[in-house]
Amino acid sequence: MMNEILIPILIVAGIGLLCGLILAFASIVMAVPKDEKAETIRELLPGANCGACGFSGCDGYAKALATGESKPGLCPVGGAAVAKSISAYLGCDSGEMEVKVATVHCLGSYDNTSNKAEYEGIETCAGAAAVAGGPASCQYGCIGLGDCVRACQYNAVSVCNGVARIEPTRCKACSMCIKACPKHLISFIPAKKQAVVRCTNCDKGAQTNKVCKIGCIGCMKCEKTCTHDAIHVKNFIAEVDPQKCTGCGECVDVCPRHCITLFDSNL
Amino acid sequence: MMKSLLAIFLAAILTENYILNKFLGICPFLGVSKKLDTATGMSIAVTVVMVISTAATWPIYTYVLVPLNLAYLQTIVFILIIAALVQFIETVLKKYIPALYNALGIYLPLITTNCAVLGVTMLVIEKGQADPSFGFIQSLVNAFGSGIGFLVAMVLFAGVRERIENNDVPKCLQGLPITLVAASLTAVSFLGFQGIVDKMLG
Repeated sequence: MMNEILIPILIVAGIGLLCGLILAFASIVMAVPKDEKAETIRELLPGANCGACGFSGCDGYAKALATGESKPGLCPVGGAAVAKSISAYLGCDSGEMEVKVATVHCLGSYDNTSNKAEYEGIETCAGAAAVAGGPASCQYGCIGLGDCVRACQYNAVSVCNGVARIEPTRCKACSMCIKACPKHLISFIPAKKQAVVRCTNCDKGAQTNKVCKIGCIGCMKCEKTCTHDAIHVKNFIAEVDPQKCTGCGECVDVCPRHCITLFDSNL
Repeated sequence: MMKSLLAIFLAAILTENYILNKFLGICPFLGVSKKLDTATGMSIAVTVVMVISTAATWPIYTYVLVPLNLAYLQTIVFILIIAALVQFIETVLKKYIPALYNALGIYLPLITTNCAVLGVTMLVIEKGQADPSFGFIQSLVNAFGSGIGFLVAMVLFAGVRERIENNDVPKCLQGLPITLVAASLTAVSFLGFQGIVDKMLG
């Protein structure tokens, strides 16, 4: 009786042990030396695995750096400091690195917009946006269910009074929130003093006026006021060219809808 | 002898095709057949694993399990051996043929859980029990033929899927539904080979 159970156990365990021993032996005999260069670079990278550099993650970028396929300075999370340490390790030029931050182009808080419907589905912006474009009166505006908040690894995004806000000093420009926003309200801007249009509604002025108290109606006042040729109205929405904008604030003062704000990442 | 081996080989490809006739290994069939080169790579890996695992499991079954009256442990022992084998092949490839290792990527570990491989090793033993002349050599030829049959089905279906990609599919059928319809039609077409090998080679 015991043998009927014991022998099969011993046989299977024996085969398993034999296979295990062979594998263990093989892994020692045929060990592949790891690329130490890539390993060291991987240690220098922040390890956010956000993919903002264009590679599959920090491992992919480290590998490309080690083989010389890519240049340092593509990692927005690490910024200039990481680019510097990697270039010091590789012994090459770190190159110019533009500092960017993400910002939300909407001010449609509960005070400024209304809801066209009650949404009671799953609590994500992507889910709400799938139902007739979301519950907010403005079909372009922030839904405020915080997909961007959950996407951010650095606690830089918060939803306040129904509209998302990004803290520029915490933003590492990893682009996770940009990918998460179903309304495409978040974009990168250079981290310098400049005017930012906080609206993406490209409907005609009268239509925008109906859905939001603070939406851009495309009145062209900012374009006429700007002495630097930096702000233009296209598709009933003002757009700032950050390269030309000096941050003088003239358009901010003249905007009747108060949807242009002065941005300063040092604030 | 040669003639019967050829018959076994052709039968494994056409009439006993593991994907289109026995419906084993459907997961890689649907998952990896999107592009021709990955489909080919996967199939070659499967063929190699099929032959080597048959070469390993057949003697163990015949000379270890049967004499000890442990034939009922077949499934669990075979899974154990196949898993270890795939791991071993992966280690060897990583060391000696890194290009092939990188090309196969995730597919190689996935073969561990491929039911077609287990199916081949178990079905050749079933065949051996039904027909005593079906020995070790015949089993290996059958396993190799099954792998080539896998390749044929994958490559054919990769072509079908590339054609589907370029066509205007109704929205309700886009993606997996149309793929499944196409797969079933391909399988039905393979039923047409039934009996062809026996007629050809007497």
